[in-house]
Amino acid sequence: MRNSNGPAMNGSGKRFFKLMIVDDSTIMRRRIERSQHFEDLQLVGAAGNGLEALELFKKTDPDVVTMDLTMPRMDGIECIGQLVALKPAVRILVISALADKATAVEAMERGANGFLEKPFTDRQLNEAIADLMR
Amino acid sequence: MLHEQELKTFVEGTTNFFEVTAQQPASIGSPYLMEGSPAVHEYTGVINISGKREGVVYFTAPKAMLTVLLMKMQENDFSHETMRDLVGEVANTISGNARRDFGRDFVISVPSVLSGEKPQIPQKPGLRSFIIPINWRSHSAKLIVSLT
Repeated sequence: MRNSNGPAMNGSGKRFFKLMIVDDSTIMRRRIERSQHFEDLQLVGAAGNGLEALELFKKTDPDVVTMDLTMPRMDGIECIGQLVALKPAVRILVISALADKATAVEAMERGANGFLEKPFTDRQLNEAIADLMR
Repeated sequence: MLHEQELKTFVEGTTNFFEVTAQQPASIGSPYLMEGSPAVHEYTGVINISGKREGVVYFTAPKAMLTVLLMKMQENDFSHETMRDLVGEVANTISGNARRDFGRDFVISVPSVLSGEKPQIPQKPGLRSFIIPINWRSHSAKLIVSLT
């Protein structure tokens, strides 16, 4: 069962958020999956570039997305705009090494909700996700 | 050409990477001018730089160092592909962090990786390259920065 544009409900009526991880590094995708400690966040898929992410997004309808920026085929900035056009309520956390303010501002203007700089600790990741899910 | 302050940006980026990712600081040596073709390790991550500056950033490290780094990251896949992924990610992270000082016109490519017996770092004419030595635990690696 699903709320329109909101988190899904499991069989016992508890809400949960569907998570999609987008990063061209397999290590980073696994690290994000392993390090997040939210019981109400369920991984529905991971993609290695923006084009894969769009396909996966249409199939899995995630509520929360972590998004790398520097990726082959379609970069994260372009992908954010397309995901937000498909689902305005999606919450997107950019996780990127690009540390200049202009890039963070552009990502937020495209529709991202948070920005976490690489490298990051587990604690920083979980705080950033918690901020996103409030 | 790279200035001292700009080299410091890469030294700080490298220091930060090991402190945060491995929770164990690396000892970063004094950068020196590269002469000839440098000795590289088994795995080298390569980031091409374009935009306001042109050039290449390389992170080269031995398999033993990458294995320990993966362990510190709680990773349990130590395959060749994972080693390639890691050197690319390190090079990408240090180069991307440099945009804090260089700005968004310091455009970084997606990583490519050199690996195998004796990979050669191609020399680009007109570029001066600096080597930043990295010592972490009992291992040595290098960051090589070649920029206009």
